[in-house]
Amino acid sequence: MSLGQLPAGAEVEAPDPAPRPPPRRGRSARAREDRRIGYLLISPTVVIVFAMVVLPILWTFSLAFQHVRLLNLRQTGIIGDFNLDNFEAVLTSPGFVDALITTLVYSVAGTTCAIGLGLVAALALRKPFRGRGLVRACMLVPYVAPVVAATFVWSTMLNPQFGVVNHYGTTLLGWDEPIAFLSSGQPISPFGFDLHVSMSLVTVVLFEGWRSFPFAFLFLTARMQAIPESLEEAAVVDGATPTQRFRYIVLPQLLPTIAVLTVLRFIWTFNNFDDIYLLTGGGSGTQVVAVRVYDYLINRGDIGAAAAQALVLAAILAVLVTVYLKLFGRSEEVA
Amino acid sequence: MTTFNRDAVERRVLGTLRPLIIGFLLLITLFPFYYMVLLSFRPLESVLQDPGALWPKPGEIDFGTYRDVLASQSDGGQGFLNFIKNSFIVAIGTVVLSLLVAIPGAYAVSRLEFFGRRQIGAVFLGVYFFPSILLAIPLFVFFTRIHQRGTLTGLLVVYVAQVAAVSIYMLRNYFDTIPASLEEAAAIDGCTRLQAMRHVSLPLAMPAIASNALFVFMIAWNEFLFALLFLVEKRDNWTVSLGLSQLAGSIEVPTTVLMAGSVILTLPIIVLFFLSERWLAGGLTAGAEKG
Repeated sequence: MSLGQLPAGAEVEAPDPAPRPPPRRGRSARAREDRRIGYLLISPTVVIVFAMVVLPILWTFSLAFQHVRLLNLRQTGIIGDFNLDNFEAVLTSPGFVDALITTLVYSVAGTTCAIGLGLVAALALRKPFRGRGLVRACMLVPYVAPVVAATFVWSTMLNPQFGVVNHYGTTLLGWDEPIAFLSSGQPISPFGFDLHVSMSLVTVVLFEGWRSFPFAFLFLTARMQAIPESLEEAAVVDGATPTQRFRYIVLPQLLPTIAVLTVLRFIWTFNNFDDIYLLTGGGSGTQVVAVRVYDYLINRGDIGAAAAQALVLAAILAVLVTVYLKLFGRSEEVA
Repeated sequence: MTTFNRDAVERRVLGTLRPLIIGFLLLITLFPFYYMVLLSFRPLESVLQDPGALWPKPGEIDFGTYRDVLASQSDGGQGFLNFIKNSFIVAIGTVVLSLLVAIPGAYAVSRLEFFGRRQIGAVFLGVYFFPSILLAIPLFVFFTRIHQRGTLTGLLVVYVAQVAAVSIYMLRNYFDTIPASLEEAAAIDGCTRLQAMRHVSLPLAMPAIASNALFVFMIAWNEFLFALLFLVEKRDNWTVSLGLSQLAGSIEVPTTVLMAGSVILTLPIIVLFFLSERWLAGGLTAGAEKG
């Protein structure tokens, strides 16, 4: 669970508190006191979020337009010699477009895997049985487990020399040789199609699906519980088969939830750094922009270029989310 | 008749598929963690010789890995005991400070009419959709310049700022469900706003505060990116997550010893999760059992 992610139990849409009636005249002293206490109580949060989140974001803009390197950091002021060099260098540098495409493929495929698997899990665990509560709780374990431990155990399991997956793959499934899941930059070509996607990228996408499906599972399960049983009972009476009931009754009810999940998961996967950094370090065709920003910041010590890339990342994300909301926002309200 | 047949076929197919899918889901969610525990108890040589073993052979169980990983470096270990201490300091510190900041904040946003009350929630939430790598750059630069990078305090402040908004969001939703009339009754009895908050609403919000505390603890315990950026050069200050990730790259430390480290990293979270699962996912799984 990265810092940015909502608690599993929180509702997706922020319910706006119901508008209060305007305070009556006799209560104006109380209203004034409320206002004063309100500012008092909220101020610590405002101060810390402003100082540690809002100002830094603004400062990123400033850094992106200056030549700032780790080495000359101590001499750099807030106001410096602003120019567009970083953006020009970053946008034209080799590998940037590739990283962007990799990020897109990773986010779209990872989101699809997570929501797809979450939907399957929610459907499979829909009917009650003994121990279902425990099984449901187990489904959430990949999501709450520390990302470092999860990536470490998977990279050990996928290890070509002594990993358990390759052991059973070669002995039971008849693989010709162990697969280097996390270090193979070779494009995979199932049935002769060249997908321009490396084995490692497929692995990190599947890992993302594994790690994030519990989130989708949780929300879809909650939504399914809110579907009135009478709807489906009526459909059974009318002779609808299980798949028909899913297609015409359950799925339409889930679509708004799936739409919200798509936005949330896409944003978080798009911004994801931890998983790929820990699994492959950004090697063998898995370098997403977030990992590239880290590389510029730490390994090359080029703070200006790192800031410029992070801003480009955020801008592209903002555009994509806006387009998505424009396209699907309306129909969601209807659905 | 075709419909009837189709219905029967579908029911049968789905009826067989369902347990298989549930089994598969349990396998993929639980096996990695079982494997983690298994490897932490097996000696490295036997893992290399027999990588497919799914349970330890009799007499093979070895607790030495835990001793190796926990012992300090001067005693020839990896110093995880120290990392655990650091992780606890940061995680518990984050919980305490963020609650101190967020409880009054959430109360204000939920109950009190003041200018900008509605907007504040939206602004805070918007922060969560920012790439954390974007935020990491200026914070890295800032803490380097004030010579606080590498300290647990610096990390703590960053964590509090990051979780404060989500804490406020969670707690506000709960405060909204507590009837305002309770506090109005207290006001008639002569309580001031702050007294009413302390003696009426705060005790009622305890379940939400507890689950929020657990949630924040998990975030701070699991966090990786900022720990990496801030602490990597100071081994004494590494958290468990950072320590494991740094040692995972080295050849000198045996995988089985690091697996013991993984178990140590994961165990507190899994225990907390299963203890509090009903609280954390409560709103969603409530009523699931009545079936």
